[in-house]
Amino acid sequence: MEFIYYFGDVFTPINFGLLLLGTIGGLILGATPGLSPTMAVALLIPFTFQLEAAQGLILLGAAYTSTVAGGAVSAILLKIPGAPANIATTLDGHTMALKGEGAKALQLSFLSSAVGGVFGVLLLIFLTPVLAKWALAFGPSHLFWLAILGVTVIGSLDSNSVVKGLLSGCIGLWLATIGFDDIMGAQRFIFHPSLGGGINIIAALIGLFAIPQVITMFAKGRKDDGAEAIQVQKHPIKGAITELLRNKRAMGIGTLTGSIIGLIPGVGGQIAGLVAYDQSKKFSPDRDKFGTGHPEGLIAAESANNAMVGPSLVPLLTLSIPGSPTAAVLLGGLLIHGIFPGTDLFDNHPDVAWTFINSMLIGQILMCIFGLYVAGMAAKVAQVPQSMMAAIVLGLAVFGSYSVQSSMGDVYVMASLGVMMYFLERFGFSAAPLVLGLILGPIAESNFIQGSMIASATDGMAPYFLTGTLNLFLIAVVIASILYSGYMELRSRRYTSKEEIME
Amino acid sequence: MSTLTLPRLQHIIGSGIVAAVGVSVCYISYTQQPSEAFLFPRLIASVFVVLALWTFVKACLGWTKVGNGISFTQFKNLAPGLAIALIYIFWAAKGLGFYTATTIAFFILLSLYDPAPHTALKSWGKRIITTACFMAVMYGLFALLLKVYTPREIFF
Repeated sequence: MEFIYYFGDVFTPINFGLLLLGTIGGLILGATPGLSPTMAVALLIPFTFQLEAAQGLILLGAAYTSTVAGGAVSAILLKIPGAPANIATTLDGHTMALKGEGAKALQLSFLSSAVGGVFGVLLLIFLTPVLAKWALAFGPSHLFWLAILGVTVIGSLDSNSVVKGLLSGCIGLWLATIGFDDIMGAQRFIFHPSLGGGINIIAALIGLFAIPQVITMFAKGRKDDGAEAIQVQKHPIKGAITELLRNKRAMGIGTLTGSIIGLIPGVGGQIAGLVAYDQSKKFSPDRDKFGTGHPEGLIAAESANNAMVGPSLVPLLTLSIPGSPTAAVLLGGLLIHGIFPGTDLFDNHPDVAWTFINSMLIGQILMCIFGLYVAGMAAKVAQVPQSMMAAIVLGLAVFGSYSVQSSMGDVYVMASLGVMMYFLERFGFSAAPLVLGLILGPIAESNFIQGSMIASATDGMAPYFLTGTLNLFLIAVVIASILYSGYMELRSRRYTSKEEIME
Repeated sequence: MSTLTLPRLQHIIGSGIVAAVGVSVCYISYTQQPSEAFLFPRLIASVFVVLALWTFVKACLGWTKVGNGISFTQFKNLAPGLAIALIYIFWAAKGLGFYTATTIAFFILLSLYDPAPHTALKSWGKRIITTACFMAVMYGLFALLLKVYTPREIFF
């Protein structure tokens, strides 16, 4: 119950102001098609440098929560999901809007997001300290395997191809080794003076998530997006609450599915929303109405994608393994303040950890309250032409990456990685495992070196890294995640024609 | 072996470049000294090169999903924007000054990709106002609020 002691910290004027700013800004950013939550959080990181660690995390956490919820606005009113997590929301949400129930759909979406989100954060509050204590038993070999696990799980689950996902992870791990070696001071892979200090994580995050999006917008050319927002009629909030209570089953399924999926590292909100929608449809007596503007589908999808947010931070805050790409960016936000997840966070910085977690709980309620009011404005922002969005994001990316260390080298690294990632994405590679490799690389390397020193003084490398219950368990999970994803990939190909594979 | 379509050819070239990087990283890791500093890179590079070569061979044999690739129309659309973005980042920002370069790049990109007709005077006014507003926000955020000192060079 330690979290209760730090509740007051959320309500200091600066902290609460940042929470409000992050929530309202996140709702608007989330509604903008093309601005994913991951990219929004990555672009916000440079603004947190001058803030204290807890304040920075409050801003990033609020933006994370509300961009996911804000994505529902454009999904409902424009049929364009603001974020991948809102794909399932369009199925019934937009149809409701077409039937003249746009306001009701928005109200149901924010209410169910808040219910799911609060449940998810409560899971985060109660599971995190238990797992963090468990993490105390981890030595260098276990931490090394955990870092590898983080990369392989996201590499195999977040990618269409297991091999390409793992290859992206390897590229990230290699990029993390660029610069001067910590122990010997030797130069490693410094091909250009800009790389002398290694690759700055924040510049890399901005480049990997923002620049491919900018180029994708360029690739669409001078096309008029033509998205026209459906005008919404007023709808009493009481009616939406009654409707929500009437659909308890869908809300329960969505909340539970989202929470469980959030706990699995690497599985994002997109999957949570779709799985919850599917499960809710299976258990509903009105399954034929799904897809025709049925509130159950909307409630299940929205409660799931927000219920995923809290649990996705559990593996991050305890074991340094982000549960989603956005959580990986948040890890970058923690590391720039010199804070390492796990026991260090809860033993040495409990104020930072609990103020951040508590702010996410309050943020869910604020998101619900403001979501209903900001929805109209957000729908207007969602109609901003892609050309303007591309130019704005490019400008923010350049200024943001420069401001990290006032170095043009970081801007060059950001642009190079971003352009490279765009082309890699076109061939089925994914940014998430690469980012994980880049973030977890130093953790993996330092524990590998420490472990090899211990090993050389004891039984040798193989017994130290490859024996012991915990080592074997972690290795088994690494192998199982790869095999499972490989099996799923093969199975999906069995149902795909040879021509489609070749395409 | 399947027919050589444009996405497949692009995939072969892309995976070939990744494989070449993998081989170079592996070579450097195993040849550079002191070897202790390259212990971890060697471990990574070994896995990297195996996966990269595997992907390349699969791409050559046509045994893999190749992704969407880039069509000629997409390339035609993105090429001017990408060229302007790269000139802005790698030369203009440092050569002309951050704010001047950003203003020019923002205005050109906006004008290039704006769906509004280029013949309408009103749309040009809109673009100029949008650029001015954006630059005012950027100056307020970075110069005044975050106090980031940006390269000034020839202009500002």
